Amino acid sequence: MEPLQVIREEFTDDIISVVEFRGQVSITIRRDHVLDMSRFLHDEPGLYFNYLLDLCGVDYLGKRKPRFEVVYHLYSLKYRHMIRLKAQVPEDDCTIQSVTPVWVGADWHEREAFDMYGIAFKGHPDLRRILMPEDWEGHPLRKDYPVKGPEKEWSGFIDVLDRSKRFREFEWHE
Amino acid sequence: MEDTEGTFETKELTISMGPQHPATHGVLRLVLDLDGESVVKCTPYVGYLHRGVEKLGENRTYLAALPLTDRLDYISSMNNNVGYVNAVEKLFGIEAPERAKFIRTMVAEMGRISSHIIWLGTHVLDIGATTPFLYAFRERERILDLFEMVCGARLTVSYPRIGGVKNDISQEFLDELYDFVLDFPSKMDDYETLVTENRIWKERTVGIGVISAEEAINWGLTGGTLRGSGVNYDVRKYAPYDAYDKVEFDVPVGQKGDCYDRYVVRIGEMRQANRIIKQCIEKLPPGPVMADAPKYTLPPKEMILKDMEHLIHQFVLITKGPSVPEGEVYMGTEVPKGELGFYFVSDGTGKPYRMRVRAPSFVHASVLPRLCQGGLVADVIANIGTIDIVLGECDR
Repeated sequence: MEPLQVIREEFTDDIISVVEFRGQVSITIRRDHVLDMSRFLHDEPGLYFNYLLDLCGVDYLGKRKPRFEVVYHLYSLKYRHMIRLKAQVPEDDCTIQSVTPVWVGADWHEREAFDMYGIAFKGHPDLRRILMPEDWEGHPLRKDYPVKGPEKEWSGFIDVLDRSKRFREFEWHE
Repeated sequence: MEDTEGTFETKELTISMGPQHPATHGVLRLVLDLDGESVVKCTPYVGYLHRGVEKLGENRTYLAALPLTDRLDYISSMNNNVGYVNAVEKLFGIEAPERAKFIRTMVAEMGRISSHIIWLGTHVLDIGATTPFLYAFRERERILDLFEMVCGARLTVSYPRIGGVKNDISQEFLDELYDFVLDFPSKMDDYETLVTENRIWKERTVGIGVISAEEAINWGLTGGTLRGSGVNYDVRKYAPYDAYDKVEFDVPVGQKGDCYDRYVVRIGEMRQANRIIKQCIEKLPPGPVMADAPKYTLPPKEMILKDMEHLIHQFVLITKGPSVPEGEVYMGTEVPKGELGFYFVSDGTGKPYRMRVRAPSFVHASVLPRLCQGGLVADVIANIGTIDIVLGECDR
């Protein structure tokens, strides 16, 4: 594939592997130069990946050593080609550069990846939880987080139950 | 007389357009910092409808995760199902038969019309035009009755299945659908008479929520919200799936990127969807409606009690799931709200290792601060209606 050759020549040290499956190309990269690669892919004539379709995290607990992966789906409206970048993020140093300077739409996707996996994005303008309540503990989409939810009930829910107790005792006045 | 033109001391007011509000189309919370009537800053808070669809999808087989996708964008559940089923078929490497593809295209376009009817009704109702809401819902009732005729459910259908559709359609369904298709353009003319050239509507929507084409692409907008800014990106034309390459239709595109252009684009989409349905009815080929791939699709019910092999297939597919090759696939389809993308990571078992839903409403809700800044409070309502979000999809 044409874009693949260009990327391979420009960033040979960062690329770990390239896989093609069902006509789609996935490039696994090291996380150090994600922002430079994004700028290159966005601006380079002939590539023009001006559209960030999706940004998500994947947890490979027990299967692979760098535990997390941040997956970017990039699309070029002009040349109509799509590519998938997967940046590996280890568990002990769970950070990666944010690509919001290149695509503004990555903002909320990165907040969701932080909320669900605990991956911190350096340089993000406003990194806080988005789908879970602000004082939630834990990162739900990790593989070691139970599907049923945590054993300890969330403090906000206990708050609501307490407040509704007052309305259960009703006095009839004649 | 005293000079009353002295300076007043004003300060910024922070109000919360809270989760329960008639005009926020679901549980969306906006915290607005106001200076008088104009918005200085707008912060959306989402997550009130988060149900953990992605986590649940990791614990179910591919077939059992299909009803989860019904409830993502609960207004147009046929389209969500079609998107999911197309992505899974791409992962498995199977293809649905021709008749099933045409049927899926037909019900997807019906879903598009019914979703845009709700958008039209609620958007104009928020801004103040109360009449089109009830009249437009007349058409939606006819579409939901047709859905009930074909699969038994009006809202959360689960009708498209992996490898095709669940059951064949009857001639009665096609006759009623054809009557609807012939009748619809005149009804659309009625609704347009009320709104499109209306002076009050134009004052409320022209020049509101303007976003340029490059900015819209950078923010990641899709669907009608993007096409209002002049970008001709429609997944049905760029990467056709199902029977979209066999029918003719146009893609309406706006020019200025304001609320009025997005309105015109979506009205045009409804008319084009009508055109697609008419062509699908006329071109519908005969044949089976489920792919002949016994390792991935359920066998027909009448064979299960007769044949040992089919019984074993049914048992294994329901309990353990199909044996899927390892790999990853992303597939985007055009739902009424934008581009719905599914990203599957498969590790060889019958359950997806990672099921990621790229929801268009999530991305569109993130652009609200950019649209509302500098405008008036009344324009916030117009902007929420024009980006067309459904919180079920936004929060998953």
